[in-house]
Amino acid sequence: MSSALLSILPEVVLTVTGVLIMLADPFFAPKASKKALGWLAVLGTLGAAGATLLQLRTHQILLTFSGSIQMDTFSVFFHLLIASIVLLTLLVSLDYFKPGATSHSGEYFALVLFGAVGMMLMTCSVELLMVFIGLEISSISTYILAGYRKGQATASESSLKYFLLGSFATAFFLYGIALAFGATGTTSLNGIASGLSVTAFPTMAFLALAMMLVGLGFKVSAAPFHVWTPDVYQGAPAPVVGLMSTAPKAAVFAVLLRITATTYSSELLHARWVWLIGIIAVLSMTIGNLGALLQKDAKRMLAYSSIAHAGYLMVAYTALPADSIAAAAFYTAGYAAMNVGAFAVISQLGGYDEPLRTIDDYRGLAQKHPVLAAALAFFLLSLIGIPFTGGFFGKFYVFNAAIGAGHVWLAVLGLLNSGVACFYYLRLLTALYSRKLGEEGGEFEGSSPAAAIAIAGAVLATLLLGVLPGKVLGLAQRGATVQVSRNR
Amino acid sequence: MTIDSSILSLIVFFPTVGAILLALLPANPTLQKWGALVVTLLTFLFTLHLPAHYQYGLTGYQFEVNVPWIASPAIRYHLGVDGLSMWLVVLSGFLAPLGVLISWRAIDRREKLFYTLFLLQQTAMIGVFVALDLFLYYGFWEWSLVPMAILIATFGRTDKRAKAALKYFLYAFIPSAILLVGMLWVYAQTGTFDLPMLQQMGASHSISSNHAALWLASLAFLVAFAVKVPVFPLHGWLSDAIFEAPTAAVMVLAGKLGLYSILRFSFGIFPEQSRQIAPLMIALGAIGIAYGALVALVQTDLKRLAAYSTLGHLSFITLGIFSFTVAGIDGGVYQIINHGISGGALFMLLGALYERYGTYDMRELGGVAQKLPWMVTLFVITALSNIGLPGLNGFVGEFLTLSGSLQTIYVAHPMLWTTIATTGVIFGAGYMLWAIQRVFYGGMGRRPDEVSGWDLDAREQVALWPMAVLFVVMGVASPYWMRAIDSFGAGAAGRTAVTDVHVYPNPTKNLALPETPVSSTEGGAH
Repeated sequence: MSSALLSILPEVVLTVTGVLIMLADPFFAPKASKKALGWLAVLGTLGAAGATLLQLRTHQILLTFSGSIQMDTFSVFFHLLIASIVLLTLLVSLDYFKPGATSHSGEYFALVLFGAVGMMLMTCSVELLMVFIGLEISSISTYILAGYRKGQATASESSLKYFLLGSFATAFFLYGIALAFGATGTTSLNGIASGLSVTAFPTMAFLALAMMLVGLGFKVSAAPFHVWTPDVYQGAPAPVVGLMSTAPKAAVFAVLLRITATTYSSELLHARWVWLIGIIAVLSMTIGNLGALLQKDAKRMLAYSSIAHAGYLMVAYTALPADSIAAAAFYTAGYAAMNVGAFAVISQLGGYDEPLRTIDDYRGLAQKHPVLAAALAFFLLSLIGIPFTGGFFGKFYVFNAAIGAGHVWLAVLGLLNSGVACFYYLRLLTALYSRKLGEEGGEFEGSSPAAAIAIAGAVLATLLLGVLPGKVLGLAQRGATVQVSRNR
Repeated sequence: MTIDSSILSLIVFFPTVGAILLALLPANPTLQKWGALVVTLLTFLFTLHLPAHYQYGLTGYQFEVNVPWIASPAIRYHLGVDGLSMWLVVLSGFLAPLGVLISWRAIDRREKLFYTLFLLQQTAMIGVFVALDLFLYYGFWEWSLVPMAILIATFGRTDKRAKAALKYFLYAFIPSAILLVGMLWVYAQTGTFDLPMLQQMGASHSISSNHAALWLASLAFLVAFAVKVPVFPLHGWLSDAIFEAPTAAVMVLAGKLGLYSILRFSFGIFPEQSRQIAPLMIALGAIGIAYGALVALVQTDLKRLAAYSTLGHLSFITLGIFSFTVAGIDGGVYQIINHGISGGALFMLLGALYERYGTYDMRELGGVAQKLPWMVTLFVITALSNIGLPGLNGFVGEFLTLSGSLQTIYVAHPMLWTTIATTGVIFGAGYMLWAIQRVFYGGMGRRPDEVSGWDLDAREQVALWPMAVLFVVMGVASPYWMRAIDSFGAGAAGRTAVTDVHVYPNPTKNLALPETPVSSTEGGAH
C-alpha cells in the first residue's frame, strides 16, 4: 500500500461507505426502515477504526500529499476517538428514527460519516488550508444534522443559527490563515513555525493566531463565542447533540493543539498568547456554569455544561507543550465518553419527539428504568468530576498540568467552578431518584438493544478512563512527544 | 499474597461486591435486607482480623499493601492502618450491621436502592481510613459524598430532602475542590502522593520553602476537613442533613471522616502550620461546645437536638486534638469512637421512637416510659453515655480531651478555653436529661395517647444491646483500645517538627513525650 493511501485510509473507508449509503438509499421505500443502512454505517466506522489501528502499527510518521497530511500517533489518537464517538452515535441513532417518522433517515447515516471524514481530516492536516477544508466538511454535515427533526420549530432555529454563526466564525478562521500567510509566506504549520522566528511582522502573526482562536473558539463553544450553543443543542436531535458536542470539538481541539503547542510554541510566543487562552478558559468555565445554574431544560443545561467543559479543557493549553497535549487529548476522550453516554440515555428516554424537556420530567426514572437511571447518574457524576471516572482524571491531568506550569490561580478558579457545577448536575441526578410529581410528567421509553450496547460501551469507557487511564494517557503522551520533538 | 497484606483490600471492597450482588438480585425486600445484613456482618468479621493480629508495640503502618497503580502522575494503590485508623475501621464495620438492623422496618420501599447505596457508602468510608496514597484517599473521600447525598435525596423524611442533600453535597464538595488544588500543589513540589513520604518531608520541612504557599495549602486541607467534621462555624449543613437523613445514614454522617483526615493529613503533612493554627481551632472547639449545647437546649425537635449535640461532641474532639498533647489527641481519637457508638445509639433510638409515633416533636410526646419500659432503659443508658457519666465511655474521652486542652502550650489561656468547654458538659447533661423527662415522663403526650406503640422488639434489642455493653466496657477497660491509639497519639503530639525529624516511619525509636510523661491511659482506669 502506498504511504499516501495509508495516511488517509480511514477517511477513504468512511467516504466510500457514505457514498454507498447514498447510492443504496433510493432503493428503499420512502417510509421504510433504513436500519440496514445504519448497520452499513456501523461497519464502515469499524473499518475506519481498523484502518487507524493499521496506521498505529506502522510506528512511523508519514508526511504525504505535498506535506499537507501528517499521520502520526497524535492523529491516530484523535482518529480512534472520533471513530469511537461516531460508532456510539450510530448505534444510538439506529432506532431513533421510527419507520415513517422521516423519509431521510438514510441520508442521516451518510451525513454522520461525511462529518466524521471532515473531523478526521482536521486532526491529520498540517496545512491550514487542508484544516479549513476538513472544518467545512464537518461543519456542513453538522449544520444539516442539527435541523434533522424537521417538523419542530426549534430544529429549524437550531440549524439556521448554527449555520449563520458558524459561517461567520469560519470566516474569522480563514482571515487568520490569510494573515499567517502574510506574515510568514506559507500556510503549512511547520513552515509557519520556522517562519515565525524570522518574520518581519510579529504583530500580524500574533493577530493571525488571535483570529484563528476566534474561529476555533466558536467551534468548541468557548466563551465569549458560545451564544449559539444552548439554542442549537436544544433543537438538535439528542444523538446528534451527543456527536456534535464531542467529535467536532475533539477535532478542533486537536487543530488548536497543533497550532499552539507546536507552531506558536517558542517560549517568547507562548508568553504572548497564554493570557489570551487563560481569559477564554476562565470566561468559558464561569459563563458555562453560571448559565447552566439557571436552566430548567435538561438539554440546555448540558449545553451550558459543554461550554464549561470547553473552559476546563482550555486550561490545559496554558501548560507547557508536552503536558498540555497529553492532558487536553485525554480530557477530550473522557469528555466524549461521558457526554455521548449522557445524550445517548436522554435520546432513548424521549425518543424522536423528545417530550422530556425540564429536569422535573426526569423524576421517577430510577423506579421505571433503574439501569438507565444508574447509567445517566454515572455520567453525571463523571461530568461533576467524581474520582474513579473519566471526567475526574480529565480534570486531574488538566489542572495538574496547569499547576506544573505555575498557573495555580487557574486551577483554583477551575476547581471552584467545578464546585459550582456540581449543583446543577446534582439537581438532575436527585430528580432521577425522586418520586414523580403527580400522575402527569414524562413517560419514559426504554432503550433499544443497539443503544443499550452503546450506553454500556460509554459506561465502560468512562469507568476505564477513571480507573485505568494508563493506556489512553500513554497514547496521548506518545502523540505529544511526536509533536514536541518534531518542533525541536 | 498473605492474609495480612490482602485483608484491607478485602474489607474495603467486600461491601462493593455485596452492593453489586444486591443490585443484580431481584428487588425482594426480605432478600435485600438479609443480603445486606450478611454482607455487613461478614465485613465486620473481617475487620476483627485487624485488632487480633495488630503488632501493638509498633508505630507506623501495618497490614500494608503498596503496588503501583498509575505511572504518571505517580499514584500507588497503598493501603495500611496504624493506631489511629485501626479502631475506626473496626468501628465502621461494627456500625454497619446495626444500621441495617435498625433500617429493617424504617425503610419500607425501594430497599434495593437503599442497601446498595448503604454498602457503597461503607466502601468509601473504610477506604478513606485505610488509603495511604493522597490520590487514592481523595477518591474515596469524594465517593463518600455520593451515596450519602442520594440516600438523603431519596429517603429523606420531608419534602425538603433534595435541598438538604444538595446542601450537604455542596458544603463538602466545594472545599474538596480546593483541597484538590492543595494536593496537586503538594505533588508539584514533592513529586509524590505517598503519605508516609509526605509525612517525613513535612516533619523535616522539605515540602517547600515558600511559607505563604505552604500556609495556603495547609488551609486548603484543613478547611475541607473542618467542613466535613463539621467544626463551628462551618456546620450549616449538619442540622438539615441529620433532620432529613434516615437513621442508618445519620449514624455515619458526621465526625469520623473529617476528624480522621485532620489527624492524618493536616497534622501529618503540615505539622508546623497545624500547630500555629491551633489557638484558633481550640477557640472554635470551645465555642462549638458551648454553642452546640445552648442551641440543643432550645430545640423542640429531637433530631435537631441530637444534631446540635453532635456538633458539641465533635467540638470536644477538635479541642482535644488541637491541644497537641498526648492526652488531648488520645482522648480525641477515643472520643471519635465513642461518638460513633453513643451518637449512633442515640439516633437509632430516636429512629425507633419515630417508627412508633411518627414524630420527633417533643411537644407531642410524653409519658412514653409507662408504655415502653425497654426503650426508656436503653435511652437513659445511651443518654448517660452521651453526657459523659464516669464509668461509661464518654467520660474517658471527655476527661482526656479536657485535660489535654488544659495542658496545651499552643494557646495563651488554656484555663479560659477549658472552662468554656466544661460548661458544655453541664449544659449537655441539661438538655439530655430534660429531653428524657419531656419524652418519657410526665403526662401522656398527644401521640402516645393516640397511637399504642410497641416496646423494642427482638431485632432492635439485638441492635442496641451490643452498644450498651460497649458503653460500659469502653468506660472501664479503655487501656485495651488505648494501646493502639496511644502509639499514634504519642507520635502526633511529639512530632514537633522542630526537634524530631525521624519519628516516622522508624518504629524502633523511642518517642519523646513533651509535656505529659505520665501514661495517658490513666484517665480511663478509675
